[in-house]
Amino acid sequence: MIEVKNIQKKFGDKTVIQDVSAVMKAGQCNLIIGASGSGKTVLMKCMVGLFEPDEGEILYHGQNFTSMDAQAKTEVRKEIGMLFQGSALFDSLTVEQNVMFPLDMFTNWPVKKKLDRVNEVLNRVNLVEANRKYPAELSGGMKKRVALARAIVLNPKYLFCDEPNSGLDPQTSLVIDKLIKEITIEYNITTVVNTHDMNSVMEIGDYILYMYQGNKEWEGTNREIIFSKNQRLNDFIFASEFLKDAKDMRMLEETGQIPNHRNMDNLLK
Amino acid sequence: MTIFSDIGRYLLMIKGMFSKPENGKMYWKEFMHQCAEIGVGSLGIVAIISVFIGAVSTIQTAYQLVSPLIPPSTIAQIVRDTVILEFAPTLVCIVLAGVAGSRIASELGNMRVSEQIDALEIMGINTKGYLIMPKIAAALLMIPLLVIIAMALGIWGGRLAGSMANILSGSVYDRGLLESFVPYNVIFALIKSYVFAFIISSVPAFFGYFVQGGALEIGRASTKAVVVSCIAILFSDYVLSALLL
Repeated sequence: MIEVKNIQKKFGDKTVIQDVSAVMKAGQCNLIIGASGSGKTVLMKCMVGLFEPDEGEILYHGQNFTSMDAQAKTEVRKEIGMLFQGSALFDSLTVEQNVMFPLDMFTNWPVKKKLDRVNEVLNRVNLVEANRKYPAELSGGMKKRVALARAIVLNPKYLFCDEPNSGLDPQTSLVIDKLIKEITIEYNITTVVNTHDMNSVMEIGDYILYMYQGNKEWEGTNREIIFSKNQRLNDFIFASEFLKDAKDMRMLEETGQIPNHRNMDNLLK
Repeated sequence: MTIFSDIGRYLLMIKGMFSKPENGKMYWKEFMHQCAEIGVGSLGIVAIISVFIGAVSTIQTAYQLVSPLIPPSTIAQIVRDTVILEFAPTLVCIVLAGVAGSRIASELGNMRVSEQIDALEIMGINTKGYLIMPKIAAALLMIPLLVIIAMALGIWGGRLAGSMANILSGSVYDRGLLESFVPYNVIFALIKSYVFAFIISSVPAFFGYFVQGGALEIGRASTKAVVVSCIAILFSDYVLSALLL
């Protein structure tokens, strides 16, 4: 479990995150959503220690990460896996070497055991026969899967995914979302996903934190989001007419009512 | 104010390199990789430059020594001392600042921009220690070796040019090389090469490691790294000459 307590972060005079708190539980996908510039990436970087928050605390299973010394932070980081927006694979290494890198660095396992583990996680992300390929030879979706395999190879307790679907087609995005969800449940990982992908929100959002201009605007589940009356959240999530219709249809199914301002006749047509 | 802040960040970067390696074998592997990149990768250009510098030095020295009172073997002495004292350490290191320095800056810059450095940090790896330290250590080992090779090739190039242009015979050149030889000159050249090696590796590492932005900024950081390294080499060359000669 990760607890975020009253985090504040400024760059110069500009406050990027203002008093944000959240509790992100193990075994579920915790989504941070918000428009570009809303502070979600900065929040995630504060959580993993790439940025130091100006105020507040980050707790990993009750341990205060923000006040730890460098050595203790390093120990916590060994339990963190992260999937970066651009995959962040090492260009000069093959797929196999990329995934094996954390094992080479942090274990004294024999080569055979390391190779078995690499193949196991590559199979887990449905990537076979790509071991000898270099990142430049892979598609965007394959890169994400390699990065996901590298992130989970050491059996992390915490998995951070920074916009895992950026640059991917909708179908591949769903595959990546499904993988993240499955891995989260299978290994009981505390997964934090930073996204503004509507499909991800509805498919895997066990807990959703909506950021608006650096503040926590709303929190809830993907089911609760349908019924939320928060106008900013609705404007962000259900931005197009099509999505507004989809939301109203869902509300109609579940409650037999739709918001007054929508034209029911048009919707039913 | 930026320059003081940059110097501060540079010193903190150097300090940050010194921590217990997460895995000594991986650091050693990276060190060997950097030795190959910096040493073997630069050997060709160093060899070509050294031979031609020696050859040109011989021809130009002979061109200027017109008095019949000066023995031809003096040409070899002048070429030897010029190559050992200045051309081999300084000129070769300026070329290496371009070859190895720009490679270091662009490699680290690319890793920073594509979040590879962040990925290593998240894994719990001291990126300054793992990425920068092996580069500096490899430069400190390989660049003095390259300078020694450059000295030998430069002097040999001078001998070759002297014979080919009928300026002086090989035996006269060899005799000249042994006359008034000061071994301290070689030590001085090696001291310079160690200082230059540190500059060539650490300055571009600084510019690459802290790059912000995209591909354009990587190119700018690389250019800036080479320019600053060259100026630092020339400045320290002057200071070392004034202090040690």
